[in-house]
Amino acid sequence: MISKKTDIWVAVALLVLLVLTAWLSKVNLGAWNLAAAMLIAVAKALLVVIFFMEMKVSPRLMWLAAAMGIFWLGLLVGGVLIDVGTRVIVLPH
Amino acid sequence: MPDAHLAQQFDDPAQQREAAKLGMWVFLMSEILFFGGMFTAYITYRVDHPIAWVIASHHLDFWLGTTDTALLLISSLTMALAVHSAQEGSRWVTALFLTLTMILGLLFLGIKFFEYAKHYGEGLFPGFNFTYKGPYQREIFLFMSFYFTMTGWHAIHMIVGLGLLSGMLAITLAGKFSKAWHNPIVITGLYWHFVDIVWIFLYPCFYLVNTR
Repeated sequence: MISKKTDIWVAVALLVLLVLTAWLSKVNLGAWNLAAAMLIAVAKALLVVIFFMEMKVSPRLMWLAAAMGIFWLGLLVGGVLIDVGTRVIVLPH
Repeated sequence: MPDAHLAQQFDDPAQQREAAKLGMWVFLMSEILFFGGMFTAYITYRVDHPIAWVIASHHLDFWLGTTDTALLLISSLTMALAVHSAQEGSRWVTALFLTLTMILGLLFLGIKFFEYAKHYGEGLFPGFNFTYKGPYQREIFLFMSFYFTMTGWHAIHMIVGLGLLSGMLAITLAGKFSKAWHNPIVITGLYWHFVDIVWIFLYPCFYLVNTR
């Protein structure tokens, strides 16, 4: 079981990350804006999964279920992007 | 009667709880793909219209979106604390944290519907009232369609979550949960946190599109 104290610190970390991502969106980092926003979102999601959803103290089977969800999502997004990214426009323009 | 809720196919309450959690995770996997389909479509069109996406994002209210995010993150904390209290068997503290979680969820929805009404008034509501004229009109129509569809589905999940929480609150107040058996609260918690995670990704995808 994860302690209440840990949960409170996780919430503090989540709010700090929120302030960070909100602030970074006002700074021009060019292409890095998107990368920073997504990395922070992934970090927040991981904090929620590992601590609030108690993945840290769950059996490996639960890890596998969550990881498979991400794996299928990767296939879905990746497969579509491979298609869209390699299309050649043949219409006259 | 610690064993009153132990179904006969399980050895002990711990095994029953793990089975319940695994079942919820399998359901959440299907939810990842449900939202994943919409995120995939979103990515595809954003790659095609990067500049329009930046312009469209400025029509959303940055501060309301940020407040929404903060409310949901805090509601995840109160949900986690509700689960803790249930594990410790303290009925009133559990009820308190469930109530706090519901209040935060309701505040989130209140702000969300205020935003919807605002965009409706501004003529940025595709299909109902879209009067925006200007550069990238079609692309902004597309962006707002994604915005309403994805945050709308998220809001529906929030409403379901609030329904589940009211059920949990009623059962807690009736004193039916105990240290030995409180699985429904644990499962509801997993669902609530998942819906929070979806919003964690919706927030930068819609409110924080500031550069290409």
